[in-house]
Amino acid sequence: MIAGGGNAALCAAITAAELGARVLIAEAAPHFYRGGNSRHTRNFRCMHTKPVGMLTDAYPEQEYFEDLIRVTEGKTDEELLRLTIRQSQQCLDWMTAHGVHFQPSLSGTLSLSRTNAFFLGGGKALVNAYYLTAARLGVDVLYDTEVSHVHLQDGRFEHAVLSSGGKSVNVYAKSLVVASGGFQADTDWLIRAWGPAAENFLIRGTPYNRGRLLSDLLDQGAEPVGDPTQCHAVAIDARAPRFDGGIVTRLDCVPFSVVVNRDAQRFYDEGEDVWPKRYAIWGRLVAQQPGQIAYALIDSTSLELFMPSVYPPIVADTLDGIAAEFELDARVLKRTVETFNASCRTGTFKPTELDGLATEGLDPPKTNWARPLEKPPFYAYPLRPGVTFTYLGLRVDATARVRMANVGLSHNVWAAGEIMAGNILGQGYTAGIGMTIGTVFGRIAGKEAVRHALG
Amino acid sequence: MRSAEQGETITPVAYRLHETRDEARRVFNICNACRYCEGYCAVFPAMMRRRTFDDASLDYLANLCHNCRSCYYACQYAPPHEFALNLPATLADLRVQSWSGYAWPRGLGRAFAANGLVLAVALALGIAAMIWLASLVAPAPGAEAFYAVIPHSVMVAVFAPVFLFALLAMAVSVVRFWRATDSPSMSGSGIRRGLSDTFTLRHLGGGHGEGCNYEAAEEYSNQRRLLHHAIFYGFMLCFASTASASVLHYAFASPAPYDLWSVPKLLGVPGGVALCIGTAGLFVLKRRSAMALGARDVRGMETGFVALLFLASASGLVLYAFRGTAALEALLAVHLGAVLAFFATLPYSKMVHGLYRVAALIRSATADRCD
Repeated sequence: MIAGGGNAALCAAITAAELGARVLIAEAAPHFYRGGNSRHTRNFRCMHTKPVGMLTDAYPEQEYFEDLIRVTEGKTDEELLRLTIRQSQQCLDWMTAHGVHFQPSLSGTLSLSRTNAFFLGGGKALVNAYYLTAARLGVDVLYDTEVSHVHLQDGRFEHAVLSSGGKSVNVYAKSLVVASGGFQADTDWLIRAWGPAAENFLIRGTPYNRGRLLSDLLDQGAEPVGDPTQCHAVAIDARAPRFDGGIVTRLDCVPFSVVVNRDAQRFYDEGEDVWPKRYAIWGRLVAQQPGQIAYALIDSTSLELFMPSVYPPIVADTLDGIAAEFELDARVLKRTVETFNASCRTGTFKPTELDGLATEGLDPPKTNWARPLEKPPFYAYPLRPGVTFTYLGLRVDATARVRMANVGLSHNVWAAGEIMAGNILGQGYTAGIGMTIGTVFGRIAGKEAVRHALG
Repeated sequence: MRSAEQGETITPVAYRLHETRDEARRVFNICNACRYCEGYCAVFPAMMRRRTFDDASLDYLANLCHNCRSCYYACQYAPPHEFALNLPATLADLRVQSWSGYAWPRGLGRAFAANGLVLAVALALGIAAMIWLASLVAPAPGAEAFYAVIPHSVMVAVFAPVFLFALLAMAVSVVRFWRATDSPSMSGSGIRRGLSDTFTLRHLGGGHGEGCNYEAAEEYSNQRRLLHHAIFYGFMLCFASTASASVLHYAFASPAPYDLWSVPKLLGVPGGVALCIGTAGLFVLKRRSAMALGARDVRGMETGFVALLFLASASGLVLYAFRGTAALEALLAVHLGAVLAFFATLPYSKMVHGLYRVAALIRSATADRCD
């Protein structure tokens, strides 16, 4: 029995079915929205010692390890992290053998061509391939079906309650793999965890990760892992849909912008570092501003320096026009931009590297790419925090088995994917690590669950 | 509404074109911010070289698309998502409308709108013309020779002008397309790559060679690619057969009929069989494929074209099989009538997709080289 229908669930299902088990997947989403956040992903972070497939050069274990220690600031289970890294390499062949196709690193992401293998067509194509493979192996899939409760007896899974269309049914199975994601789509929970500001957060991925099973298991004594109050959030276009906007709502304009809040004041160094290294902190920065909104302003000289985004910018010939569009105080905005412009120095502007073109005597400063905003038309993008995932999860051991507070390891419950990623990602994030954790632990959980079920 | 405000007269067809182009721009703006599909085919790299999409660029991108549908099934923003992206259908609509726009002479571009009817009328007229021509000639006793039914000189007098006009009309429209889309100057390597992509249908391989998602939804399949090969190469064999027969006729004074072990028959019979298999197969695949991912309202054009090709090739084979019987005259009228209708409508039928596709593929290969 597998709860969830994303990458980790499918890796577990395929592994288990190939070992001879009868497998049932309960996916809360309908067919089109199946796959959880996996359908929005695009790559897989992979260790390798020599060029392999589309991956260039080498990405040795130690470098991978250090990268993760850096982004998590050490908040990780080192044993599980090492296990994930070591197994990532063999995953690549397994993925290919089960229908996943890869493509060269996408344009604009050349920096990832060494470390990350990109799925041809993105995460939804991967999810489609796995569902086809699972179907060929005889795996049963129930869509629109949520696992609303699992009945545990002293850490032993007895049966699951499956709900669909207002009806419930008990399903008995020998083993349970939970791969049902985090709780970011449950706004009430997010507000309890983060505070009332969370009401203004947008959810970048699936609306089906409501954490129902996560809370059910925690209530029954499963050991938690990860900060229950935190979520990974980036700054995205404020006009994005409430859920499921995915990759296209991201904005890469911040390094070339002057970013102001609702009071038309700047609040952080927009040019602190190259954007891939800074984009993850802007979700929190915007979340801390009044109304959880900010506005990135550029002039005509910067419009083509970043990836196009899904919504066209607001255009105006004057700053007054921009202010009127967003109901900002025009005088304050003018003063903010004039002060910023006055503190810009002359120098060489290099958009693709840290150019040291910094403001002088400005607080907060802009330490790179600081050019005055003076050539109309002016363009502006509104920003809001976009939540990628939550950190709270289930603590597991190296066999993906769920730890229970009172009885130690669960008898027959395993966890994989986002619901246990907090073991490895105590905080932070780096591209492709979510899919790696899901694939590695999905396969482990599937294997271990079968070993238990079939003896 | 908008057109009325601007004070210009817009016919319903042109208004639709305007809508389709707006939709294509909307879709491409979203695709350009995602780019997950960049490895599937040539459309995405070409799209990524642009930030804005003028009308001619859209025509170019539309004709580069093979309607393999991989991008649709991989799309996290396809309907029912609120972004409701359907790139294959949008480009398919735009493609047909672009052929109409570049057609020469201009007015005949309208023939794409009710194409099924146009093909049916052309077929009826073609067969009628052949019956009339045959009636002018006194039947030769026991004739196995077609030329006893319709003399060779008459056939040439009817077919040559039709064929030459079709060639001219298609050449003019493709040149207009090439010029409008501001294509770079041709290079040897660009032409070679573009032709190689055409002859192998590389872009129906899905970027990995396992095929496209045309009829098998989320699964990859090479059936459409193979059946299209059967049609394309079958057609080429039939064409070579006719050409070789002309050579025999004029250079060696050896007029038809030819026996099975002659060059025209060795080329023509397998060609005709391949054409029959290819057209029948594509018809079946089309019925299996999702209607919503193709062009709207052009079933007549697509089905009619495949049906006409099937009729022309199948009637040719039947004619060969029953050449010694009393049915000869009727079969000949059907076969030649179908062939005549095929060539007469050539510049205003689905056939033109091939020419625009080659031009777009050469352009794409050339632009790649420039970059």
